[in-house]
Amino acid sequence: MASTALGRRRHEVPSALRGGRRRANLRALLYLSPWLVGFSVFFLYPLLSTVYFSFQRYDLFTLEPVGLLNYRYFLRDEAAWTAIRNTLWLVVVMVPLRVLFGLGVAQLITKIKAGAGVFRTIFYLPSLVPLVAGTLGFVYLLNPGTGPVQAILGAVGIDSPDWFGDPAWSKWGLTMLGLWSVGDLMVIFMAALLDVPKQLYEAAALDGANAWRQFVHITLPVIRPVLMFATVTGVIQTLQYFTQAMVAARVASGATDSAGSVFVPGYPDQSTLTFPEWLFHQGFRDFAMGYACVLALVLFAVSMVFTLILLRQFRGFAEEEA
Amino acid sequence: MKRLLAISAAAGLALLTACTAGTENSAPSIAPSATSHDPVTIEFWHGFSADNELKAFDDTLAGFKQKFPWITVKATKAVQDDQILQSVRGGNPPDVALSFTTDSVAQFCKAGIFQDLNPYLKASNIDPAALFPKVIAEYTQYQGKRCVMPMLADAYGLYYNKKLMKGNEPPKTLSELADLTKKLTVKDAQGNIKVAGFVPTSQMYENAPIHTGVMVGAKWTNPDGTSAIGSDPQWKTLMTWQKDLVDWFGYDKLEKFRKSFGDEWSADNPFNKGKVAMAIDGEWRNAMLASDAPDVDYGTAPMPVADDQAQRYGAGFITGTIIGIPRGAKHPEAAWELVKYLTTDTGALVGLANAIRNVPSTLPALQSPDLKKDANFQTFLDIFANPNSTTQPAHINAVFNQQTLQEAQIQWESGRAKDLDALLADVDKKINDKLKLTAGG
Repeated sequence: MASTALGRRRHEVPSALRGGRRRANLRALLYLSPWLVGFSVFFLYPLLSTVYFSFQRYDLFTLEPVGLLNYRYFLRDEAAWTAIRNTLWLVVVMVPLRVLFGLGVAQLITKIKAGAGVFRTIFYLPSLVPLVAGTLGFVYLLNPGTGPVQAILGAVGIDSPDWFGDPAWSKWGLTMLGLWSVGDLMVIFMAALLDVPKQLYEAAALDGANAWRQFVHITLPVIRPVLMFATVTGVIQTLQYFTQAMVAARVASGATDSAGSVFVPGYPDQSTLTFPEWLFHQGFRDFAMGYACVLALVLFAVSMVFTLILLRQFRGFAEEEA
Repeated sequence: MKRLLAISAAAGLALLTACTAGTENSAPSIAPSATSHDPVTIEFWHGFSADNELKAFDDTLAGFKQKFPWITVKATKAVQDDQILQSVRGGNPPDVALSFTTDSVAQFCKAGIFQDLNPYLKASNIDPAALFPKVIAEYTQYQGKRCVMPMLADAYGLYYNKKLMKGNEPPKTLSELADLTKKLTVKDAQGNIKVAGFVPTSQMYENAPIHTGVMVGAKWTNPDGTSAIGSDPQWKTLMTWQKDLVDWFGYDKLEKFRKSFGDEWSADNPFNKGKVAMAIDGEWRNAMLASDAPDVDYGTAPMPVADDQAQRYGAGFITGTIIGIPRGAKHPEAAWELVKYLTTDTGALVGLANAIRNVPSTLPALQSPDLKKDANFQTFLDIFANPNSTTQPAHINAVFNQQTLQEAQIQWESGRAKDLDALLADVDKKINDKLKLTAGG
């Protein structure tokens, strides 16, 4: 009993000190309040709403609780799974190709002696072109009926594929569009490449290492954090891939906004249907916002996984640096 | 930190409650001051954007101002359905809104996006059954709730270029259409199409299944809203006919040809340019041909029908422009006066129909001696009056249903799907699953 009383006394804090700590906490809260408000309004509230609506039949105007109906529909919605497969295809094919191409272009431009500025500008400019305009341009160039690419190939007796009208080629068409606008990655890689200490190359050259071994054993390890950053942010961006797929499909299909002219998302044969595009269609075209919320939660979960990988990798690099 | 999260969660839930409370549906009411003549300005959003359409519309609104001098109409042009929805959602809708498509009527009525007009009709002693052709009633109401009114209608038929037809009469059956297409098509030595008698793919401008289904009298849905596509043999008849003709052209050649066309709504439309001899289109093409390609010598006829349905020849697809009072309109009584004028006034409807060559949507306007008629336009008036002409009845998933069938049609005609029965069964499954999701059917 005595020891308990003693213990209680030991943990007692003078009231003046308690008041000071409370004031310090309040001050901290005050400083944090802009973030707290922003976090609550722009993240927490939408997230909670999304979870709530995912259990409702919600047509943007009326609500009706439906339990797990939206989740059950997701499991048998073939279009959603096609969209997942397409998005993963773009992640697995387009992201690495963009990174490789961006790195290759950056490597070339940092090596050439004359005209580097001109080439840098030429390769960077496409990344400044608005997405819709760039996609329209690509669909026009590759149009099998009237496009200049077909005109050139046709002159030498080659039939161009129907890039955005054939499901076997459509995702490759989008990948080419992604490679064309690789300027954003190129700039990051150029900065990283120029940051590699020159003396490392000089020492390696003295040891007889050729260009390839220098690239593998010096360049790649030094720029590894930048490569990882480009890959993971590329993956997250591709998980949200929307505009180019939507515009290419709409223009290639020839669908207009007139009555009776129905746009088939993911044209042709859902081959360009991405997950965010299907989400948009469910919520804002089919008025199935409750189901769209389920899709949004799936996308959120997958994006979180990639974000965690990114954070973990960066922590690993930081520890290595230390 | 835990406490902070708890506070944030509580705030979020409070906001959530506040937001969802706004989704309650409210019944429309007619204020007792409906006969008040106090000056009032109403907002009117519509989708017209072409110069000739805007002029015709301004003239019609001037006629309204003469009849209702205390009501000033502030019109906004080129508005799409998305904008109307957002304005209702945001609580700041126009007083009157017009839509070019009937696809969303079920949604508009079910969710209360547009107000139920039955009380207004009753108060104004208007009997829609006596005023509008029967087919129109199907696309302006959903489950007994009429939330929009028809303002002009569209009918679909066959346009043919007389020079390219080389003296042949327009086809009346699908077999005749196929034979004539083969006869009139011109290809070069490599098999590239230079002139097509008819482009049979569902991807051609107005060849969407919603329009072509009428040629075989195909059904979209059963009375309970579930899909009738897989069980109605007429869809199979239509798609088999289309595939045979597509194969005759070669799908790749036909797609290459189709993708060389200009914009449907521009002067580069292939019918204007003499690249296709026959095309399915709406009555409005008459006005466009007059302005964009006055030298094209053309004729119009009803769409051909299935070989075993000769008695249905003369029918076509019918749809139209719709207009209503969005939920939350600030001046619903004045708004109703405008809606009533634009949808029931014979003079207004005939004037608009003459100016933009649409089919008037009331029985008195159709019979008006002031309605300009020539042989090519008369075809569409006859299609509109034909008892076998059909529309797509309002359905909660109208867009999804069309999209799903069209997707299947593209797979089929391209040869990427081999089993038509399985393909149509899959269409049924998708449509029925979606119905359960959105309507609990």
